Amino acid sequence: MAEQERTQYKLHVGKIEEGFVIDHIQPGNGMKIYRDLGLDKLDCAVAIITNAISMKMGRKDMIKVETPLRKYDLDIIAFLDHSATVDIIQNGEIIERPRMELPKEIKNVISCKNPRCITSTERELDQIFVLTDPKSGTYRCRYCETKWSDN
Amino acid sequence: MARCIMSPLDITVEELESLMDTAMDIMGNPDKYAHACEGKILATLFYEPSTRTRLSFEAAMLKLGGKTLGFHSADSSSATKGETVADTIRVMSQFADICAMRHPKEGAALVAAEKSGIPVINAGDGGHQHPTQTLTDLMTIKALKGNFENLTVGMCGDLKFGRTVHSLIKALVRYANVKFIFISPKELMIPSYIRDDLLIQNNIAFREVTKLEDVLPSLDILYMTRVQRERFFNEEDYVRLKDFYILDKKKMDLASQHMLVLHPLPRVNEISSEIDGDPRAVYFEQVRYGMYIRMALILKLLNVNV
Repeated sequence: MAEQERTQYKLHVGKIEEGFVIDHIQPGNGMKIYRDLGLDKLDCAVAIITNAISMKMGRKDMIKVETPLRKYDLDIIAFLDHSATVDIIQNGEIIERPRMELPKEIKNVISCKNPRCITSTERELDQIFVLTDPKSGTYRCRYCETKWSDN
Repeated sequence: MARCIMSPLDITVEELESLMDTAMDIMGNPDKYAHACEGKILATLFYEPSTRTRLSFEAAMLKLGGKTLGFHSADSSSATKGETVADTIRVMSQFADICAMRHPKEGAALVAAEKSGIPVINAGDGGHQHPTQTLTDLMTIKALKGNFENLTVGMCGDLKFGRTVHSLIKALVRYANVKFIFISPKELMIPSYIRDDLLIQNNIAFREVTKLEDVLPSLDILYMTRVQRERFFNEEDYVRLKDFYILDKKKMDLASQHMLVLHPLPRVNEISSEIDGDPRAVYFEQVRYGMYIRMALILKLLNVNV
């Protein structure tokens, strides 16, 4: 294979002109965030970088998205990954790094695992979790009040 | 959205006082309230059988001059055809003025409340909430003790799964200087979200013991509970724990003459029938107080002033 052709296949994710970068994602968590945020449904360019070298974290995942950031995306990122940060990019430059806060309510991102919850039988119901203790980041199912746990 | 009652804490201390005053007034002057709800209909939507709760609601509405309709098991409702709770309540809202709903799934009453055009009272949603049982317990204590302050309340039996216990604790901590003594086998102690998050965090005095006899003399209230078979995955554990406590005449001799014995009923073996005649055993009176407080709640939610 010619040298020129091989260069085309080098891993190189360039700068984006307008969009956002989710940085400092816990290594291995990038694909999950990609799916949970519904980025797989976008028709713009999305790059997922896993196990990138990070001065701060050792290794990290990153997601670069070439589309303007929608407002509601922000808070849910804080829930999905506590270490993640978001850079908003315009004209190739970072114009904002918004402060991440846990959302008061999470809708249809996670599901209640309590088999006795009404959402387990009435599937058309929205899966809603409410932040009941911001200090500990505790979320409870709106219906049965079962504490959310990732385990 | 109409005012709905999902949990005992949906009712403030002030509202509770007013409800209990109304209930007392109904007890003293039943004729005054006999036609208060004439022309009104209470729907009792019971997706699982609960004879006592349903009949208490129905008796409450009938004594107020209203009428009742509904079903008493999922088999006799459209749920068998796959109708959702949300649709059932939308339909019922066209017929009735107020609804009491019992459902085996936790949160079902809230689903109904969100879609309902009429007030919904949660009459028990699985192991989650049963606010009118707590109102019943509070009403009994208030009627027979006069107030809640400075009481030492013993809770005995299944303190881990017993929702009535958890709700009553949450309601009682709103009053000054209420002390708790929790009597249970190690396997059925109060859960950590009650012990740590509620009692310790709010500096509420409590003790956990396993022997009922040791603490009986110090109690003002003894709240007995049944160990429920359906809460156990293992039949062996249930058999071992179900008769851990049996309140009998010998034990009652250790208690103060002013102690009251409450029980949400039905009882199985945990209270011997030999103490039923003891004036301190008030669990059947408690049922009557339950009806009166439900009458007061129906009046409040229907905005009926007498």
